[in-house]
Amino acid sequence: MIIELLTYLGRFILLLLLQLLVIKNIELSTFINPYIYPLFILTLPVSTKPWQVVLISFITGFIVDSFYIPFGLHMAATTFMGYLRIFYLKFAANKEDFDAKLAPNLSRKGPVWFVLYCLVLIFAHHTVLFYLEVYSFSEFFRTFSRVFASSIASVALITLGQVLFYKAAQRK
Amino acid sequence: MRNLLFFLYKYYTFLLFFSLELFSLIILYQYNTYQRASFLNTTGAIAASFYEKVNNTTSYFSLRRINDSLLTENARLRTLQLNAYYQNGFTLSTLNDTNYKQQYSYISANVVNNSVIRRNNYITIDKGRLHGIEPNMGVISSNGVVGIVTAVSEHFSTIRSALNKDTKISAMLKKNGAFGSLEWKGDNPKYTNLVDVNKHVQVKVGDEVITNNFSTIFPVGIPVGVISEQSLDAGDNFHTLKVELYTDFSTLRNVYVIRNKFRDEQVELERQVKGDH
Repeated sequence: MIIELLTYLGRFILLLLLQLLVIKNIELSTFINPYIYPLFILTLPVSTKPWQVVLISFITGFIVDSFYIPFGLHMAATTFMGYLRIFYLKFAANKEDFDAKLAPNLSRKGPVWFVLYCLVLIFAHHTVLFYLEVYSFSEFFRTFSRVFASSIASVALITLGQVLFYKAAQRK
Repeated sequence: MRNLLFFLYKYYTFLLFFSLELFSLIILYQYNTYQRASFLNTTGAIAASFYEKVNNTTSYFSLRRINDSLLTENARLRTLQLNAYYQNGFTLSTLNDTNYKQQYSYISANVVNNSVIRRNNYITIDKGRLHGIEPNMGVISSNGVVGIVTAVSEHFSTIRSALNKDTKISAMLKKNGAFGSLEWKGDNPKYTNLVDVNKHVQVKVGDEVITNNFSTIFPVGIPVGVISEQSLDAGDNFHTLKVELYTDFSTLRNVYVIRNKFRDEQVELERQVKGDH
């Protein structure tokens, strides 16, 4: 239990550092603005209680928010994504997953399931994040293309990371 | 009562989600409206000192470029110095000059955190209240305009960069003084737009844009950029102008914060006039 907790804490810190030190500095274009830290919420075990997921999402958002201006964007977006995850998993995960306390990742659930799972939830996260940042609907389509391009970039980065890390782990 | 308890029990996840989401939105709303709340400044300071440590390491990689830009600036300032001019008159006399009084002073600072690709970009610098920085001071680089200070803590300040939806900087064309306002539309960090320039004004590509003295934030004549595209739609009262910025925001390292010593006087006077109506 303690080891599991420490693994998750370590993963969270790793993702946060990757986000702040590497990904934040890749400034390709104003339309491509990827965020990978939501992966932490996505890989929580399927059997995590709903209220725990919501609370963990909120705390994650709070910590990420302390490194960005204005305060509150990531909190709102991540809490929303965490809540949505509960419903997505009700629909997409089966009973064995719940019994096995499965943590969703690429190698356990297969590429199609995992990419779709990431795409739906990351898209929801980015939608809330980018529209709240603009704080109005006056640039609706421009913001939509930002959400779209950034979601694709985020999911691509997350999938790449999964392929590199979990394929290596399987080979051992 | 029993029904209420049953309701709470059945929907506690939703209620938790709802209250946390509402809390986030209220915090965000407060930040957007008032720009500063005390506890936000503390978390901001933790993040700023984190970024400062990162920056201490990474800034070594760009030392050469920083040196070059500072040398260029020094050379430009030296040519403005009095001893760079040839004395053309016959008599040399010193006067105790009371015509001039210093209005603006400059505080130098290093950028510790910056972004250029978000819709609303902010810059954090390593000087704060202790060094005399206050909200609503202008910020420039050695090349041109950078932004406006929004929030200040003891050792750090955040600047709303010119690449932000809410930053409106008053500017004018250098050649004829026609004025407008700078607005960033969020597509390219190298360009911004000059809006509200009246259509009867002659504007050409290549005209220089500088700050004007309408606001108390920037001194007149700080360079902004050059007009790179110009168009005027039929039936439109204002030019559509694209401005190429002199400041390269993506490599910004050193900035100057401008302190206007007469600001309080001007603001107070304008407030009195507004109060009369």
